[in-house]
Amino acid sequence: MTTFLGLPAPPTAPRGVGHLRGSEPFPVAARRALADSQLRRNLNKATTTIRAKRAAVVAELPDWEELRAAGQAIKAETMRHLDRYLEQLEAQVQARGGTVHWARDAREANQVVTDLVRATGSTEAVKVKSLATDEIGLNDALAAAGITAYETDLAELIIQLGHDRPSHILVPAIHRNRAEIREIFLREMGDADPALTDSPAALAEAARLHLRRKFLSARVGISGANFAVAETGTLCVMESEGNGRMCLTLPQTLITVMGIEKVIPSWADLGVFLQLLPRSSTGERMNPYSSLWTGVTPGDGPQEFHLVLLDNGRTAALADQTGRQALHCIRCSACMNVCPVYERTGGHAYGSVYPGPIGAVLSPLLTGVQDNATLPYASSLCGACYDACPVKIDIPSLLVYLRARHVEEERQDRRLPSAEAVTMAAASWVMADPRRYTAAQRAGQSGRPLGRGGRIRALPPPLSAWTRARDAPAPPARTFRQWWRASGRDRS
Amino acid sequence: MRIALFVTCLADTLFPDVGKSTTVLLERLGHQVEFPQAQTCCGQMHVNTGYQREALPLIRRYVDTFERYDVIVAPSGSCVGSIRHQHAMVARRHGDPGLADRAEAVAGRTFELSQLLIDVLGIEDVGAYYPHRVTYHPTCHSLRLLRVGDRPARLLRHVAGLELVDLPDAETCCGFGGTFAIKNADTSTAMLADKMRNVLGTRAEVCTAGDSSCLMHIGGGLSRLRAGVKTVHLAEILASTRDGGETG
Repeated sequence: MTTFLGLPAPPTAPRGVGHLRGSEPFPVAARRALADSQLRRNLNKATTTIRAKRAAVVAELPDWEELRAAGQAIKAETMRHLDRYLEQLEAQVQARGGTVHWARDAREANQVVTDLVRATGSTEAVKVKSLATDEIGLNDALAAAGITAYETDLAELIIQLGHDRPSHILVPAIHRNRAEIREIFLREMGDADPALTDSPAALAEAARLHLRRKFLSARVGISGANFAVAETGTLCVMESEGNGRMCLTLPQTLITVMGIEKVIPSWADLGVFLQLLPRSSTGERMNPYSSLWTGVTPGDGPQEFHLVLLDNGRTAALADQTGRQALHCIRCSACMNVCPVYERTGGHAYGSVYPGPIGAVLSPLLTGVQDNATLPYASSLCGACYDACPVKIDIPSLLVYLRARHVEEERQDRRLPSAEAVTMAAASWVMADPRRYTAAQRAGQSGRPLGRGGRIRALPPPLSAWTRARDAPAPPARTFRQWWRASGRDRS
Repeated sequence: MRIALFVTCLADTLFPDVGKSTTVLLERLGHQVEFPQAQTCCGQMHVNTGYQREALPLIRRYVDTFERYDVIVAPSGSCVGSIRHQHAMVARRHGDPGLADRAEAVAGRTFELSQLLIDVLGIEDVGAYYPHRVTYHPTCHSLRLLRVGDRPARLLRHVAGLELVDLPDAETCCGFGGTFAIKNADTSTAMLADKMRNVLGTRAEVCTAGDSSCLMHIGGGLSRLRAGVKTVHLAEILASTRDGGETG
């Protein structure tokens, strides 16, 4: 795709900055993760717990399906007129004393934020809701400019202290258990009590003491956003710990980095998502802290507010008529919690800050399919994600669509077709004609002696990937159609 | 009723007993089964691997072959799922709206076996006899694409002699996923390991399902472990009778 509606195609997220691309193909990274028994146990325990919680709070709402339909409709309407809602949001934020910055990609966004922090003269910033800033690699950019960013969300803090990468969009440290977190705190915090236990309350208290000092001294706060209401220019952050509330209210300057797809038209729309998001993400009826702010209020909270609207491949995703529904995502993480692939491989295997089923479609849409070519195949297409999605994103169909886009792009780019493409074309040629198909069946029956007791223990590549762990059935003496002909049914 | 059988390429080639059982079962219930020999494959493997252009002739063949029938049955939730949810979409995407409309019409008359029995033929007790301890795995596409719900379980509960035991985490995928089982063999195997653990935990002799593909996966794993549990398609259980008349 080089043009869109006669215009140059919107750019995808640039390479060399941020965290949307992995360094190795999914199957390779997955193999390593699958062998980590501690990881498997942590993930199984965490996803099983959260699945049960979500199922319980969703079941108690009689109008859950109507809420999902409403969420889907609001997002579809917003995407259809995204230009209008974004300009409305910009006008409202500016009218209430905020400043809006448009960032085409990760580099621009990082530069804008770095310049804003520099202008305050501060060399420190406290952060919350860091998903979008992690997408663009903001902490690295700030560090290069001599600015230290402190993550204040408990799980993000664990990741930062452990020099680790997040593996889940809501529970970034889901791959760590309590004992591992205690070790990280003792090793990295510097001010942790050596008698620290691994009880959740003790770990939370240690983090609280550690962070309180940062909150009280920080002059700059950096956040993401869950929603932005266009009609009033109001930003919304939903969280569980209250650290976000500190970040959003204590510093003199607040900088919010938000993907352009997070805008919603009105407060009435927000009411739908305030019901959908907590139940889908943490399995709670309501999250403990919902912070909303509109521009700047003299004498109360940050006196300087900057909103950075981030594209970074989103317009390219929007230009894809089938793929654009991935932009409806409200980052609840219900899809990864129900995904049998995610539960076994964890989030790091996806290579992107957006893992799991939604990541397997969103990341390739933002970067271009070639840069995340193995992700659309990282699914058995079981469909559990579609059923769990609070805005009804048809993730399995998007995965199938992106596989087709990948194959079509490969076809254009390669002079010689891949072995797989040759096999698929041959299979199509055979299957398109019943005579060729029956001849192929007969040829297959000549492989009968391979089987012992009706089972084949080893096959040549690529089918050896099957027989490494599974027996294959030996071809039967008669195919069904041979039996049918012999049964004389067509003669009667 | 005249019913056309779409046996599926997998059952035709590797699991003929599934086709025989479907035929014998429907004939026992007084229906006339026809097997149009021009049929081959629904094209799902091509579509799900990204080769939509290559799937197009297979979709056209399915429509051409089955368009003249009022009722079509396939012993596979996955293939019927592809026919219902992918055929028209692929035809439309590749610039053939005429084929898409025809595919939609034929798809509306194509039923998975348990749906045909309960929704079209209105029968839950098919007069089967199968004296074994059985657990049922609801395959993902029958569960989430076709929404067959408890139809297979209702049919199984009416089978004389059959003891149906619940499968823990039944609705979790077995890890097959078509070419996923090859491209992501390690993840697929990890999912299979958990499915097998649950199957073995039921102490059932037989694991059944409405899809030969998923059964080939679960059965292939159980066989490799010499676990002593076999996989049997739902059609084969429903075709079994007290006099042993199964597949004539």
